[in-house]
Amino acid sequence: MTSRERDACSRRGIDCSMKMIEIKDLIFEYMRRDDEGNVESVNRAVDDVDLDIEAGDFVAILGHNGSGKSTIAKHINAILIPTGGTVWVNGIDTRQEERIWDIRQSAGMVFQNPDNQIIATVVEEDVGFGPENLGVPTEDIWKRVEESLRAVGMLEYRRHSPNKLSGGQKQRVAIAGIMAMKPKCIVLDEPTAMLDPNGRREVIRTVRELNQREGVTVLLITHYMDEVIHADKVIVMDEGKVVMQGTPREVFSRVDELKARRLDVPQATELAWELKKEGIPLPDGILTAKEFADAFADYMRQCGGQGIR
Amino acid sequence: MIRDITIGQYYPADSAIHRLDPRVKLSGTMLYIISLFLFDTFICYGAAALFLFAVIRVSKVPVRYIVRGLKSILILLLFAVVFNIFLTPGEELFRAGFIRITKEGLRLAAFMAIRMILLIMGSSIMTFTTTPNQLTDGLENLLGPLKRIRVPVHEIAMMMSIALRFIPILLEETDKIMKAQQARCADFESGGLIQKAKSLIPILVPLFVSAFRRANDLAMAMEARCYRGGEGRTKMKPLCYHGAEYAAYGILAAYLVLIIGINLVVNRILG
Amino acid sequence: MGIRLENVSYVYSSGTAYEMHALNSVSLEIPDGQFIGLIGHTGSGKSTLIQHLNGLVKASEGTIYYNGESIYAEGYDMKKLRSHVGLVFQYPEHQLFETTVKKDVEFGPRNLGLSEAEIETRVAEALRMVGVPQELYDASPFELSGGQKRRVAIAGVLAMQPDVLILDEPTAGLDPRGRDEILDQIARIHRERRMAVVLVSHSMEDVANYVERLIVMNHGRVAYDGTPREVFAHYKELEAIGLAAPQITYLMNDIREQGYAIPSNVTTVAEAKELLIPILKGNSVRRGGGI
Repeated sequence: MTSRERDACSRRGIDCSMKMIEIKDLIFEYMRRDDEGNVESVNRAVDDVDLDIEAGDFVAILGHNGSGKSTIAKHINAILIPTGGTVWVNGIDTRQEERIWDIRQSAGMVFQNPDNQIIATVVEEDVGFGPENLGVPTEDIWKRVEESLRAVGMLEYRRHSPNKLSGGQKQRVAIAGIMAMKPKCIVLDEPTAMLDPNGRREVIRTVRELNQREGVTVLLITHYMDEVIHADKVIVMDEGKVVMQGTPREVFSRVDELKARRLDVPQATELAWELKKEGIPLPDGILTAKEFADAFADYMRQCGGQGIR
Repeated sequence: MIRDITIGQYYPADSAIHRLDPRVKLSGTMLYIISLFLFDTFICYGAAALFLFAVIRVSKVPVRYIVRGLKSILILLLFAVVFNIFLTPGEELFRAGFIRITKEGLRLAAFMAIRMILLIMGSSIMTFTTTPNQLTDGLENLLGPLKRIRVPVHEIAMMMSIALRFIPILLEETDKIMKAQQARCADFESGGLIQKAKSLIPILVPLFVSAFRRANDLAMAMEARCYRGGEGRTKMKPLCYHGAEYAAYGILAAYLVLIIGINLVVNRILG
Repeated sequence: MGIRLENVSYVYSSGTAYEMHALNSVSLEIPDGQFIGLIGHTGSGKSTLIQHLNGLVKASEGTIYYNGESIYAEGYDMKKLRSHVGLVFQYPEHQLFETTVKKDVEFGPRNLGLSEAEIETRVAEALRMVGVPQELYDASPFELSGGQKRRVAIAGVLAMQPDVLILDEPTAGLDPRGRDEILDQIARIHRERRMAVVLVSHSMEDVANYVERLIVMNHGRVAYDGTPREVFAHYKELEAIGLAAPQITYLMNDIREQGYAIPSNVTTVAEAKELLIPILKGNSVRRGGGI
């Protein structure tokens, strides 16, 4: 089912599929206090955001540092509690303190710094940490550890020390640690910001596979545009608000707007946009080199004939 | 220099010692250390060293790894030796002004050095063959009875294991910060004591800031993975004794009996 | 005259099982005023290389000359070398330690034993170069935003007024806006000060846009050394060593394979646009079929 079909369903008031995450009128304010504890200033990090994520979707949030995207991520894991509005994860209101562990189990979280989220000194013991906390019986822990390490392609490193792994491998271990808790949804808060290009590719490939093969809902937070072109839905945030939303093709066809917000666009998209400004009507929303080359060939077949080739 | 510190690091390998229950290794190490102070003849120290080397061989940890760990206590060792040589009264061998060396002093210094070396090597073989998590589990289990008198055993054990995990990371970080400040022409070598202490500020402040940031991140990551203390937790690697563990205890007991026996016999012959 | 490396090798943990050649007989010249990009995958030796340039790491073999003098000569003033060859580490904001922005930037000049007046002017100039406004001079560096912290840290090196500025991934972890700002500032400093700049980067798009010369490291050796255009023409070989050319290079090669007479080493969007407009507007000649 495409997201458009789902929209149609919900307009008709039919519950066609479970909403994994539902965010309504979310407001979050950071308060700065002086030494006496009086409020010095209030900083609104998230400003009235509505957001729905369907089970099984791959959703990406794009935005600058300080745009509020990480603050939203922390709400989904109930690390932060809304100042205003409501966040439901798997149908549970995150304000329900007594269900906080259910929330954290159903929406796992991967953070930016690969070193600061690995607890154990052996890969397999780290992956087992989550299930141990959940009280999973020993035999099942081993099964889960093996399955999750296999799912991220790190099974052969199970007895290694995390210190000897590359950044991309460490992040894959962190993802396995979350997968071992059998979550319905994984929130990744800038998981590639500290990695080199190979590490970034490794992590994104792993996340996409988990989404497609295991059906895990993914919420990827990033400022690298090339990581979001395969998402089902892209959400652009700026200054605490959702400013754009749609399929990657829809979002990246609005190059002017993205540029005005000083966000990147893929070079293929940028080139097509530059040529369009010169009066050459290439289609909107070109994302990859191949798509550009195809559109170019089409154009030349149809309109390029007037000149000498 | 900083990279030389190997105490508290794990050496991954598959050996009988690695597979042993951490409780056996913990209590074994304790017993071994105590045994070092039970006897006072060189033959016994030879036997203790022999025992240790046998364990190292079985553990498959390269000897130079363990020896490298000694480097970090070299100064402490020298200090203890010098202290013992010069300050022990007894039969004089040599005298120059107020400095005098006695037979007893030399003997005591030698014992001291051997004890310390064996002690460090003995405990490092434990940390080399036991992952910090296992170590923590073992400790938590052994100290379990203390829970009744409200000692937060699980929390202490968890803190220890996290400390061990972050030691190498922070050491590397120290190295990096030092280099970065040197790139800004910082000088850590020259000047008097006060000057030197002051020159540490540009290293220590960033190091503390980073340690706090990491602690903060880690706490968040642990909570996100549903960590809520020791209550209701299960274990991936629960502790239970098998044949190997009983055998290990047997070997330990044999070693203790043997070495105390030798000591008694030797002392009777000499005395 | 700049920096010259002659057969520089560096061996880690020499004599043990972990022995590793981080650098393998590297010979290079970094002339005054050049803007150089240094790329290579993690572990290719590029970080080790830059730490040699200001004497933080001493070569196991070979010699490095700064302005014609060997930096390994007896009694060579390393402090002075480090003030001439400024090195900005990765995540430099992690080295901030002072109570105010100004004091932190003063650290370098103060270590050089300069006069108060000289320190004052240098600090103000360095902070101006990186675009830190005056009202932040007395703020705590720990209260700044990520991008501002990074700029203060870079100013800490600039305040020593180096002739060569080396930056190890100065844009790591920044968002696109912060990245563009820092790179633009570096480019401007290079232009105005005629400072030689060595930019270590993972982003092929960035180096293609900014640098005039590109050095590619692989397994401790210099694999390629030339203009970005020359280097990216080897895009297939670059892939074999875990690197890639900018997306635009691939895109233009796809079009080239459709049979159009365009070069194989286009590295920027602007360049691509210039080349494609005449073709799309129909006044270019197609080469006779295929490539």
